[in-house]
Amino acid sequence: MKLKNWKELPHAGTILEAGNANEYTTGSWRSLKPRWIEENCIQCLFCWIYCPDSAVMTKDEKMTGFDYDHCKGCGVCAMECPGKKGNKAIVMEEEGK
Amino acid sequence: MGVTTTKIVAVTGNQAVAEALRQLNPDVMPAYPITPSTGIMESFTSFVSNGKVDTEMILVESEHSAMSAGIGASAAGGRVATATSAQGLALMWEMLHIASGYRLPILMALVNRALSAPLNIHGDHSDGMGSRDTGWIQLYSENAQEAYDNTIMAYRIAEHKDVRLPIMVCQDGFITSHSIESMQYIPDGDVKKFVGEYLAIDPLLDIDNPKSIGALVLTDYYMEHKRAQHEAMLNVKKVVQDVSAEFAKLFGRKYELFESYRLEDAEVVLVALNSAAGTIKDEVDRYREKGVKAGLLKPRMFRPFPYEEVGAALRNAKAVCVMDRADSFGGYGPMFMEIASALYPHKGPFLFNKIYGLGGRDLMPLDVDKVIDETIEVAKTGKVKMVKEYITVRN
Repeated sequence: MKLKNWKELPHAGTILEAGNANEYTTGSWRSLKPRWIEENCIQCLFCWIYCPDSAVMTKDEKMTGFDYDHCKGCGVCAMECPGKKGNKAIVMEEEGK
Repeated sequence: MGVTTTKIVAVTGNQAVAEALRQLNPDVMPAYPITPSTGIMESFTSFVSNGKVDTEMILVESEHSAMSAGIGASAAGGRVATATSAQGLALMWEMLHIASGYRLPILMALVNRALSAPLNIHGDHSDGMGSRDTGWIQLYSENAQEAYDNTIMAYRIAEHKDVRLPIMVCQDGFITSHSIESMQYIPDGDVKKFVGEYLAIDPLLDIDNPKSIGALVLTDYYMEHKRAQHEAMLNVKKVVQDVSAEFAKLFGRKYELFESYRLEDAEVVLVALNSAAGTIKDEVDRYREKGVKAGLLKPRMFRPFPYEEVGAALRNAKAVCVMDRADSFGGYGPMFMEIASALYPHKGPFLFNKIYGLGGRDLMPLDVDKVIDETIEVAKTGKVKMVKEYITVRN
């Protein structure tokens, strides 16, 4: 992306396109990566509610996986996941493993 | 068009500014009153209670909150004003930068007061000078009339499309804010017409076009933002000149970037802000009667500072004493630093600096005479004994 010069900036640096944080991929900040274990998932969507980066993807009100372009690997989803009968549906794994 | 005036009134500086604010009828006024600016809010809240203005008055829990609420209201798209002094301005400090960084044309009536410690409630310029680098426009006022007129002009300057920066209108605590002087108000209708409607740029309350302010900007963009802000400041001078010229045409009172008092052929010049200029003018007259070519330069617009114009006005003097009612501890007085910078490219007069009147200490005519005498001596001998020295102090 070509960087704008000072004359090209919007007045006062206001962000005029709502939601353009989507264009800023923060996934590379991650050191721990959430892995979804579908068979343990009860579709409670706690992960979707708690994710601070809206990186839990859903379709028809069902969890379908993670948006790894934006997931920073904070682990909140794994912490909140109740799993099924004590077996977590989200676990955190080290990147690059 | 004929000059419009109204009857002469006798009011304090605070009342005069409150009256200007009533006429400007801001949308939002967040405030946490503090001496000596309290009178402005006292009068203004009565206007609110009596339905004389449409303003939403927000009584907040601190000055930091006052400026924060002002920033929110201004970003939402409203015309915003507040008033403060000294510690109040100091507590606003981080928010002052945010108001200017977001280019929000907030109006602040600053009643200049000394900063603690030691605790003092009286007038000096420590607060205004301390905030000179916050990105606000600063206009200084000698008396109630100037404080009123500068306030009437403030939104026209701050809201100009080439500017969009917050503005402080300053007057001396107690000396001006609490002294009753005769002055003239402009009729309500004329003020309304002069100030006009405010059209905010990208207001947050334009909910059909959602937007965001306050995002993090790192090394890749911060400097571009600041460069744009610098450009806005560069545009202020012409806007102040244009608005002041229009004001003079309509209402008869003429204001420049600074006032030149018997300066044209002056060899011995004093520089001072605000109320002290009144005393100095009297003494300049007395010395003129004695045949001394004395003069005064009284800056009105301190931020942005009109370096070129001030430099040109002082270049031909023989000696200039810059009087500062604030100290930059470890440096020269703040005004001295500006005057020295203004003269820098020129082969100019001998310069020296007096720190006077801190914490509201009076500057008496005899004190001014001593300064003029020393300036005459410096002009004659070309020797400055001490560049920076305290006066009106017991040694």
